[in-house]
Amino acid sequence: MKTLAELQAIRDKARMQMKMRGDNREAVRVVVGMATCGISAGARPVLNAFVNEIEKRHLENVVVTQTGCIGMCQFEPIVEVMAPGKEKVTYAKVTADKVARIVAEHLVNGNPVMEYTIGNVMK
Amino acid sequence: MEKMVNCKINGIAVSVPEGSTILEAARAAGVDIPTLCYLKEINEIGACRICVVEATGARGLVAACVYPVAEGMEVKTNTPKVHQSRRITLELILSTHDKDCLSCVRSQDCELQKLCRDYGIEDTDKFKGYNPQYEIDTSAPHLVRDNNKCILCRRCVAACEQQFVSVIGANDRGIDTHIGTPFDKPINDVPCISCGQCTVVCPTAALVEKDDTDKVWAALSDPSKHVVVQTAPSIRVTLGECFGMPIGTNVEGKMVSALRRLGFDKVFDTDFSADMTIVEEATEFIDRVKNNGVLPMITSCSPGWVKFAEMYYPELLDNLSTCKSPQQMMGAIIKTYYAQKNGIDPKDIVSVSVMPCTAKKFEVGREYESAAGVPDVDISITTRELGRMIMRAGIDFVNLPDEEFDNPLSDDTGAAVIFGATGGVMEAALRTANDLLTGKDNETVDFKEVRGPEGLKEAVYNIAGMEVKVAVASGAKNADYVMSRIKDGTADWHFVEIMGCPGGCINGGGQPLQPASVRNFVDVKALRAKALYDQDASMPIRKSHKSPAIQKIYREFLGEYGSHKAHELLHTKYVGRPKYQ
Amino acid sequence: MARSHVLVCGGTGCTSSNSGLILEAFNKELEKQGLADEVKVVTTGCFGLCALGPVVIVYPEGSFYSSVKVEDVPEIVSEHLLKGRIVTRLLYQETVAEDQIKSLNETDFYKKQVRVALRNCGIINPERIDEYIAYDGYQALAKCLTEYTPEQVIQIVTDSGLRGRGGGGFPTGRKWALTAPNNAPQKYVVCNADEGDPGAFMDRSILEGDPHSVIEAMAIAGYAVGATKGYIYVRAEYPIAVKRLQIAIEQAREYGLLGKNLFNSGFDFDLEVRLGAGAFVCGEETALMTSIEGNRGEPRPRPPYPARKGLFGMPTVENNVETFANVPPIILNGPEWFSSMGTEKSKGTKVFALGGKIKHTGLVEIPMGTTLREIIEEIGGGIPNGKRFKAAQTGGPSGGCIPAELIDTPIDYDNLISIGCMMGSGGLIVMDEDTCMVDIAKFFLEFTVDESCGKCTPCRVGTKRLHEKLEKITSGNGTMQDLDELEQLCYYIKENSLCGLGQTAPNPVLSTLRFFKDEYIAHVRDKKCPAHVCKSLMSYEIIADKCRGCTACKRACPVNAISGEVKQPHVIDKSVCIKCGACIQKCKFDAIVIK
Repeated sequence: MKTLAELQAIRDKARMQMKMRGDNREAVRVVVGMATCGISAGARPVLNAFVNEIEKRHLENVVVTQTGCIGMCQFEPIVEVMAPGKEKVTYAKVTADKVARIVAEHLVNGNPVMEYTIGNVMK
Repeated sequence: MEKMVNCKINGIAVSVPEGSTILEAARAAGVDIPTLCYLKEINEIGACRICVVEATGARGLVAACVYPVAEGMEVKTNTPKVHQSRRITLELILSTHDKDCLSCVRSQDCELQKLCRDYGIEDTDKFKGYNPQYEIDTSAPHLVRDNNKCILCRRCVAACEQQFVSVIGANDRGIDTHIGTPFDKPINDVPCISCGQCTVVCPTAALVEKDDTDKVWAALSDPSKHVVVQTAPSIRVTLGECFGMPIGTNVEGKMVSALRRLGFDKVFDTDFSADMTIVEEATEFIDRVKNNGVLPMITSCSPGWVKFAEMYYPELLDNLSTCKSPQQMMGAIIKTYYAQKNGIDPKDIVSVSVMPCTAKKFEVGREYESAAGVPDVDISITTRELGRMIMRAGIDFVNLPDEEFDNPLSDDTGAAVIFGATGGVMEAALRTANDLLTGKDNETVDFKEVRGPEGLKEAVYNIAGMEVKVAVASGAKNADYVMSRIKDGTADWHFVEIMGCPGGCINGGGQPLQPASVRNFVDVKALRAKALYDQDASMPIRKSHKSPAIQKIYREFLGEYGSHKAHELLHTKYVGRPKYQ
Repeated sequence: MARSHVLVCGGTGCTSSNSGLILEAFNKELEKQGLADEVKVVTTGCFGLCALGPVVIVYPEGSFYSSVKVEDVPEIVSEHLLKGRIVTRLLYQETVAEDQIKSLNETDFYKKQVRVALRNCGIINPERIDEYIAYDGYQALAKCLTEYTPEQVIQIVTDSGLRGRGGGGFPTGRKWALTAPNNAPQKYVVCNADEGDPGAFMDRSILEGDPHSVIEAMAIAGYAVGATKGYIYVRAEYPIAVKRLQIAIEQAREYGLLGKNLFNSGFDFDLEVRLGAGAFVCGEETALMTSIEGNRGEPRPRPPYPARKGLFGMPTVENNVETFANVPPIILNGPEWFSSMGTEKSKGTKVFALGGKIKHTGLVEIPMGTTLREIIEEIGGGIPNGKRFKAAQTGGPSGGCIPAELIDTPIDYDNLISIGCMMGSGGLIVMDEDTCMVDIAKFFLEFTVDESCGKCTPCRVGTKRLHEKLEKITSGNGTMQDLDELEQLCYYIKENSLCGLGQTAPNPVLSTLRFFKDEYIAHVRDKKCPAHVCKSLMSYEIIADKCRGCTACKRACPVNAISGEVKQPHVIDKSVCIKCGACIQKCKFDAIVIK
């Protein structure tokens, strides 16, 4: 390579792929329940959908992680969104096709998608 | 305009060129700093730590032989700390040194011994401890290597490296470091060229020539033997050094006198056969030129050089002149012409030579060097060995009267005398070739372009309308340069003189030893060479072919230059040798 | 894109504990479980907590799994990666907290560390240049070549206060400034990666974990002084480092970051790796250069210094691996950032290899000025088995000890020199009450004697004689006069040796003499070794009153030195006893003592 721009392009691309390494305590955490109930309810496609959508949109400060049984097994797949300083938002019965909206409205614009939250789903 | 640096040595202000070492600055201030491993232009490594001094701006003590002076530096060379350090260094060296000074051949001229005396070392066992014992290497005919006396100054390694050969170096490390050959093979099994330069630079008796004087004493006391001796051209200007005479004193007369008093039946001058070598070689050269022989032709009187060629360039041996060296020619003539003329059976003749050379000990054992069916020369001893014999015999060398060599084998010319200096053989050959080719008795006798201390000299002469390109090389490094040029086809010389030792025989491996304290400040080679050229200039006959003795022997015995008989007796063959056994 | 990264440590320490097999196991298991596309497995460099290796970190959770075995892999995959349940039993215990994993940065080991030279170790895969670039790799080089003049680069390095990390502590900027003005047909940059101090592995970890940082820094140095060619001299005992360097050089060349006309600046730079051959002395800068030239590795007298006449007689900059690793961040963050860390004369951080009697053996990087107490008690986790701290040795065979009474010494170049020690390259060996200081001095001298090149008399013969004297003392034959002569010989060797190896070889002896003279006197006058290490000065005895005659010791003795009947007090024959300690281990009645 011959220019600074080329170097930075490589950096940005690689950075994207590696950003989950290292401590990111300021990040917004998207936690997907991946216990047996979650997996059998289809949590893996949800997890992967989140990862892909976030990459597509180059969202810097979001980390997707997984966890075990959250407890409310009949509402799986469950996704919890935890932003520092804000209240935890729990989504229930999430499917892969709902992910794009959650990302766009909640993660990018800061407005939780109320109709997917557990409160509303329970009703 | 050279930049100068001002500094102080023991309070004495001195101004020296930038880049000078403390040692050099001290010398300029009249202060001598003792050294051990330092040998100017050969070994400058600051390893022994004898020359340590205190210097402002330096942490700890520094080695004066390599540490450069800086503006305003103040150096102290004799403080208690410096003396104490030198003492401990000497005591440590002694703890791994074989201390048999009583019988050691270097006793009284050993550089380590002198320092120990100067510094009052009393307890030679102060640091007694682990002391690795080494087997003494006597495998080669010319050399004895005793690592138990080695102080690891590395002067020998440097000298051998300067000779291109590099066949000795430091092996192992730490306290087990020792100077050795590849895989610690015997020296006779590696491509050592026997030049003896290592013995000339060794400060102790770790490297000494093999002593053959016992054989000579035995021959001299054997009434059934006719013992004759020949002396090389350069011995007459170096032998005096063994008795404290100034470097470059011509002691020819005393040398002959001493040899007679030792009991030799006849004392001959190798100069005579040097002249013979010239007429044979010049004839050979002219023959090669006229008949498209192998050119360039290279001289062959230096056995160290010949061994180098046989080991390193065996494919180019045809370039060497087939002439034997003067030593061997003399030996051949003694055991044929002289023996016949005097009715002596060659088997009863012990032919001894005194040579500046350690490689001659190798040469006497070569094949194709036995004109009369017995070796041309039986024993070759070095200048140093002769010096020891004279001392043991209680001969007061310095006060001897001058005597003359024995004839018929001693009349010589100036051309023969200069054989001992690099360029001498070439000049002698040119004097004769010039006359032979032009058919005239030319006035030109001095061919100054081939004189001088440089390791490689080139010149072009116009002789009888022919352009003759010559080269003169001394030291194996320059020999290698010449041969590599011949090998890759870029050499356009016609005639080349090569001497194995840097500077020629006056700096041969068998010459009297001068300590580093002399060699570092005095141009020993130049002083010795000058004595040879001075003698040449003063002689009535300065061309080999003009020598009446030469003319007589050819007329009486050999026939023409290059005759069949001359070839039988005075020429030899070479054989490629493997580098490693 | 992967949703989880599994980082497996590929440093030499973990590799020799089969981390390579762990990596393979992960790949196989992930394939089996169908997770290969979602989880990325990566080799990284050394995390530093070597005592707990093999180490595996899983992101994004950041769970630090320690002492991982190949058999643990399926569990990690199915529990953590598949089900999201962290395998608590494998976690580094200090990070286990209530609701989530405690951040590594909050553990005692990592809390006080500031990782500058080790910034990428344990985070990136050293065999992928893209990962180095992801963390601002080669930005510093680009910046120098496009925005700064060589003089400005030298000024930045000078202002940062960076000093040589190989042990000498010579200001790096000044070294570059001394080299730059010398004109020659070819100048060189040399990296000294011949880390020879026993127990030191700082440079090894940097080369294994972040080789590009060194390559980039060497190119920057080349630009600053006008050198277009570089050599990295690595000891042959570091095969992983060599391999990673070679891969890194290839990749850099492919990207045009080594070679001709870097970043279109007109500046060329390329480098190659040269291997050492097992000589500690080749870590000395002139011996190293002599070795590269193809000669026997022996030092040369200085002056002339390499800045003027170095490799092949040309002006050369030679720096240590860690020194180089600090250069790119200094360029990017500015010299003030670097000089804001550390003490007045020792700026920045230093990597230490903690070894010996300490809980957390491994690699740490701390700001200069951190006290020895912090290193030992906090970062190091203290002395195991409840033993008392006695001394810490820095600088390996060239260094000295910091005794317990000086445990609050802030570690920096000058403080250490003032107490007769030296920083050295970073090896820090911790010793407890069971260490004999005379034996330690002898141990280091054994190393030096073996490694002396043999060129100069003081080191070749002097160190051997010094060692023989210590042998005499530890075998019970020493006299008070020996102690005086020992010290005198030490100063002689220090002041007369040709190179740093000899000049510093007596340091362990002088340092222990200074702070532990009483131990020497005990060995010499009382013929006792207070720490019960020197076997010749120990005798094993059975206390008759306590002995029950159970014969356990008699049966355990490998040389039949114990005699006695059943139920009768036993006796040890001291002339036969080899003091192996087998009997003490077997005695249940504390009847055997060492005197």
